[in-house]
Amino acid sequence: MSCAQTIQDYALRSIGYGERLLPREDYTLCEQFTLIGSGMIWNVYYGLVALLFGFFAATGLAMAKNSTNSWLRKPAEFFIYVFRGSPLFIQFFFAYAVFLSLKQSFPILQPLTSAWLGATLVLFFNTAAYSAEIFYGALRSIPKGDLEAADAYGITGWNRFKRITWPTMLRLAWPSYTNEAIFLFHGTALVSFSSFPVRGQKGDALYYASYFADKTFNPFIPYPILAFYFILLTLMVITVYGMIGKRLNRHLPQATIRRPSFMRTLFR
Amino acid sequence: MAFYSSFATVLVLLAITAPVALLFGFAGATAARSRFLPLSLLGKGYTAIVRGVPDIVFFMFFVIALDQAFEYLRHKAKCPDWSEPIRQGNDFVVCAQAKLPLSTSPQWVHETYGFSLAVLTFAIVFGAFAANVLFGAMKAVPRAQLETAEAYGMSHRQTFWRILVPQMWVYALPGLSNLWMILIKATPLLFLLGVEDIVYWARELGATKSPKFSDYPHGNWHAYYFFGLLVFYLMLTSVSERVFKRITVRLSHGQATAAGEAQRKAAQ
Repeated sequence: MSCAQTIQDYALRSIGYGERLLPREDYTLCEQFTLIGSGMIWNVYYGLVALLFGFFAATGLAMAKNSTNSWLRKPAEFFIYVFRGSPLFIQFFFAYAVFLSLKQSFPILQPLTSAWLGATLVLFFNTAAYSAEIFYGALRSIPKGDLEAADAYGITGWNRFKRITWPTMLRLAWPSYTNEAIFLFHGTALVSFSSFPVRGQKGDALYYASYFADKTFNPFIPYPILAFYFILLTLMVITVYGMIGKRLNRHLPQATIRRPSFMRTLFR
Repeated sequence: MAFYSSFATVLVLLAITAPVALLFGFAGATAARSRFLPLSLLGKGYTAIVRGVPDIVFFMFFVIALDQAFEYLRHKAKCPDWSEPIRQGNDFVVCAQAKLPLSTSPQWVHETYGFSLAVLTFAIVFGAFAANVLFGAMKAVPRAQLETAEAYGMSHRQTFWRILVPQMWVYALPGLSNLWMILIKATPLLFLLGVEDIVYWARELGATKSPKFSDYPHGNWHAYYFFGLLVFYLMLTSVSERVFKRITVRLSHGQATAAGEAQRKAAQ
């Protein structure tokens, strides 16, 4: 079977398209690359969804933690403390157990016990808590002068938040937030061990990698492939976040020194 | 009973891993700082690769890889006249004397061997993070201190051990305390390495017991057990947070930093 054929059969295997049976013996390098890569679709999905929703939740949580109203502050502090203080792995197990018992009382909650919703929900809570702590730290370190200037111009309330507080907070938090995004994508690798069931062998990247490692008893091929994919993903995250960070900082004086142009130096 | 002693397993793992990982980190940081190019590339490559890949992938990879590496070395040393290839298709075959642990040895040797493999894996992974922290801390020590040491005629080695190493800890502490928190939260992954730790027992004991097989039949108790673990980890992290606060105060004493300066002023 040629490699193009393999890619055609297995590239979308993890979401249920293509060949139903996984290869059984004589695993080729191409098969391993394709299947593990197809599993990465799930990892990217978990990471993107959790990041997208987690970002807004984190902003809200950070504002709540920073507020003077203790009815808002205390719950936010507690939420952040619980999710930052306990391991993600335990959170997965605990959440799965809770979802299972919820399902028995309310059958409508059935999708919570499957990975596409349940695991994403846990990752969402987790990243919301971590990012909220980062955003909270950034909120605390917004230059006092910026807020005073806003007051002096009569910018208050929602307008002040939208134009002054929020952009400055993001700008200050961005480097640490990049780190958090990288860790979140690494955290998605845990999903395949978190007792959320895999139906019809539609698993994530680590599921396929450990499938190959178990079958061949040779960890030296599937895990480096997985590592390769994750390094690629990390590089992509760094690039995208770097671009956003540059845009957030575009109004600031840049550190680069503008050299006089070549012709100017020539005819001086 | 085994459930309670498994809490001790986690604590023992933490107690052994932390110093070993620090040692790995110290070696990595000194290597990365070295003026001998291959050595510094080795140190930098070690930190870059381990940090770019999810730790769980390393846990899965190293345990099998280390096991096979040890067995391979022993095989070469003990049975030199073994003619068959070691990798026979999907099997990894070594001679009986090279098996680790020997198949005749008692149960506890097997358990200890598994545990020490886990410790080594943790140390390799977290050593890379520690190396990064210590490398940054070594760079953060004010240049003037090192120049003064040179002016007094200390050799390179003396400067390193007497000036740089004692001073770097205060700069390394925030990073190291962060790392300790991450280490605590990584311990449930032990379960994946085949050590019978708290997650293992929580899964075993919490599972549904039917009256046929057990004296104490009960339903699915996973939620309660995992909630217990959640509380255990929360306690562990908050206690260590408090301890680190104390150590920071101790270490800032008499240092040329803002915290040290504040202490000096308060004492006057």
